[in-house]
Amino acid sequence: MAERLKVRVDPDKCQGHARCKALAPELFELDEYGNAHAAGDGTVPPGLEDKAWLAKSNCPEIAIDVIEE
Amino acid sequence: MSDVDQPVAHPPVTDWVHDFDHTDPQWTEDPFPIWDELRAASPVVHTKRFLGCYLPTTYEAVREIANDTEHFSSRRIIVRDVRPEITSKNAAPPITSDPPEHKPAKQLLLPPFTPDAMKKLEPRVRAICNELIDDFIAEQRVDAAARYTKHIPVRAIAHMLGIPESDSDLFINWIHMILELGIRDESKLLQAVQEMTAYFGGHIEARKSKPSDDLISYLMNARDKNGNPLEDTHVMGSLRLLLIAGIDTTWSAIGSSLWHLAKTPADRERLIAEPGLIPTAVEELLRAYSPVTMAREVVKETTVSGCPVKPGNMVLLSFPAANRDPKMFPDADKVVIDRRENRHAAFGLGIHRCVGSNLARMEMQVALEEWLKRIPDFRLDPAGTVTWSQGTVRGPRQLPFLLGEAM
Repeated sequence: MAERLKVRVDPDKCQGHARCKALAPELFELDEYGNAHAAGDGTVPPGLEDKAWLAKSNCPEIAIDVIEE
Repeated sequence: MSDVDQPVAHPPVTDWVHDFDHTDPQWTEDPFPIWDELRAASPVVHTKRFLGCYLPTTYEAVREIANDTEHFSSRRIIVRDVRPEITSKNAAPPITSDPPEHKPAKQLLLPPFTPDAMKKLEPRVRAICNELIDDFIAEQRVDAAARYTKHIPVRAIAHMLGIPESDSDLFINWIHMILELGIRDESKLLQAVQEMTAYFGGHIEARKSKPSDDLISYLMNARDKNGNPLEDTHVMGSLRLLLIAGIDTTWSAIGSSLWHLAKTPADRERLIAEPGLIPTAVEELLRAYSPVTMAREVVKETTVSGCPVKPGNMVLLSFPAANRDPKMFPDADKVVIDRRENRHAAFGLGIHRCVGSNLARMEMQVALEEWLKRIPDFRLDPAGTVTWSQGTVRGPRQLPFLLGEAM
């Protein structure tokens, strides 16, 4: 079975560039200030793995972790 | 105005590594080879001009400084010939604020600028773009800066602030006085600030008896964590910031993007064929032609990328130079229109991330989409000259195009 991915946003590093929300809207949510957090518990549904890595590699603050479980 | 305030001409630069000057005509015209030369020399270089100023040349050095609010203050954010006494803590919060004042001032401005808020503004921006295009589409020779790029951000921010879009020329002139003429001529800057203060004062007064659904009323009604309204000087400072920061920055970014597309038919044709790629292209154009250079003031001795930096000096925080660092970006000197990994710093890094980044991105995207839809064929007019703004914000101020397939 393929490994499952989870995304996580470090709230101390996130500055609200919102690149993750633009690139992977299914995986991230923004609060009223525009700062990001993972949608739900961060589990990446099958088929969206590329988007998770894309969000991570475009975060200017290096605030996103993709964890392989 | 007294003659004492006349600007002093800068001697031409002959040694960029030890004597750089971001107002030199050579920098204005083509800064990229200069940055490469400086980066090859050191991650941090210094000039005695501007009463002493450092320039971090690598992405890493820029990131270090942007994230270090202990040694680098934002109380001065433009590198100028003079360094007048700071008389107000409310110059233009939050961009001129340091911790701990920074966070509450920033949080106040964030909600009106979220991506969702920008979606609501998008139809108005699309209409503005089309109104502008209607006006010149029948012509063959067009200055795209004077007729298009210049007007989009100013009208959008006027719309958000709730001030007449028809006052645009007034705002554009103030910004020119503050960001360009003001570097060398203090009196121009002071005059512009005075005029803006009087202008906004009138709009604030009018809203006291008749509140409206706009950013000016939003700031007037805002409360701090103790439930107190903001000081008048804070409201005024933030309004100044929104007007100044929201205009020639995005005007420059849209202009540089169209300039690139005018001289790069392959990229233009690809975006017309694949409009879905425009958001990715916008990020790459932001990286390659980042308009905004910020500044910090060194307030405590430290080191950056191993280089010592001393208090009393300014720092030219060049996000544009960081974005051209080949250690961070493969093929940094090329525009790769579909670049997938792009941690560019065009909107800054750290706590001072541009509050209007979502607005700027939406404006760039819409401005390019509408232009390419209606004007798929255009190129630089060989009979004209492209000119670039000087100093803190870089973008084309004259952009002569030939429209259509003719000639």
